[in-house]
Amino acid sequence: MMFVAGMIAILIAMTLILVRAFLGPTVFDRILAVNSFGTKTVLFIAVYGFLTGRPEFLDIALVYALINFIGTIAVLRFFEYGDFTSLGQKREDR
Amino acid sequence: MVQWLVDLLSWAALLGGALFLVGSGIGLLRFPDFYTRLHAAGLADTLGTALTLLGLGLQAGFTQPSVKLAMILIFIWLTSPTSTHALAKSALHSGLKPSSTPSSGGKSS
Repeated sequence: MMFVAGMIAILIAMTLILVRAFLGPTVFDRILAVNSFGTKTVLFIAVYGFLTGRPEFLDIALVYALINFIGTIAVLRFFEYGDFTSLGQKREDR
Repeated sequence: MVQWLVDLLSWAALLGGALFLVGSGIGLLRFPDFYTRLHAAGLADTLGTALTLLGLGLQAGFTQPSVKLAMILIFIWLTSPTSTHALAKSALHSGLKPSSTPSSGGKSS
């Protein structure tokens, strides 16, 4: 029962974050919303594993946290420098 | 008796985490500026995650899932400030100005 309450709260937070991801005026708002949504997904997987009595889901949650961080940094690097290969210098035609 | 106390603490931690998660979502939706929204998102990544995972860990006890929960918590606590800093630095370098008045509606670039 307590896990159901936690899941409902996580789902409400995910809905609000999804609205921000669709509304977001700038691309950084959308990246922030996707990053925050990934953190909520990690929590959701963990709570769902406890709800169904299978705590092995925590391994999936851990891997999802790793992928979420790497993905956010990669997308930020793409938007700041224009591509993934130019190390250090910013794109000129901005 | 002990099980009752553990359940009570777990309820309190999960409801506190739920409060922080929903509050972070509302703040992410309602705050006027990108930089203030970063603050709202950090709220869920620190205390919302910590209280929710603490509530789960109290139910698991001293077992292997508790260790995994602690690993998830430490990893999120390390990576969330890093990605928030990277986001703010990237937005500032791309020319997004912080708005000081709440009435400007976030369109400050």
